[in-house]
Amino acid sequence: MSDPASNTGLFGVHGMALELRSQRMGLIASNIANAATPNYKARDIDFNTALNARIKGASQDQATAAAVQYRVPVMPSLDGNTVEMGNEQVAFSQNAVGYASTLAFLSDDVGEVKRAIKGE
Amino acid sequence: MAGNDLNIFSVAGRAMSAQQVRMNTAASNLANASAVAGKEADAYRPIKAVFATQMDKATGLATVNVSSIVRADATPVRQHDPGNPLADENGDVWAAPVDESAEMVEMLDSSRQYQNLVETLSTAKQLMLDTIRMK
Repeated sequence: MSDPASNTGLFGVHGMALELRSQRMGLIASNIANAATPNYKARDIDFNTALNARIKGASQDQATAAAVQYRVPVMPSLDGNTVEMGNEQVAFSQNAVGYASTLAFLSDDVGEVKRAIKGE
Repeated sequence: MAGNDLNIFSVAGRAMSAQQVRMNTAASNLANASAVAGKEADAYRPIKAVFATQMDKATGLATVNVSSIVRADATPVRQHDPGNPLADENGDVWAAPVDESAEMVEMLDSSRQYQNLVETLSTAKQLMLDTIRMK
């Protein structure tokens, strides 16, 4: 029985992770954009759940749909908006760093494949 | 239509223009804060932008639009000022019911959120550029 993570193409799990990171970035940006919209409910992707689903063979859409969650506010506001800017900023920068790291891993992989092709 | 598809750049861009509308309404209110009128009906009423989420089901992204701009239903303040050329037969003028400190707070909040969006946009842009230049 082969490890499912090895069946994910040339760049292993990193390609999937990059897609998920990108999608999560959009979702957190949506939260930041709606910081002043009454009744807006902040959402986020549980990255672990989504990536595990993806590794097990779910499509990108299925994986994110299953992992999207509403944020539970620490202190609910009167207008029904659940965006807490501090949390969103932390989540956004954490995700940005994750994206940059994944990109670095991918870059290494690309370099490796290139060297293999050239026979170095 | 391409205009309906949201991406992170359009999410931040539209939210920035919404914040700008909000800032404009606060500026209009502040500019008219000390305006007086001769009749109650003519007095300036503060305006406020109403925000509404615009969801894109396909991508799960959500941006914000200004759905309307409403005029507050506040009663103008009656002031006795017989020397004012606008004063009515009782010597009264009607001042705009603008809460200046609330408008200042609105403006600060709006500019802070605008800054957040700029930050979001530049981070997203940098990451996208890094992705394109990957070698």
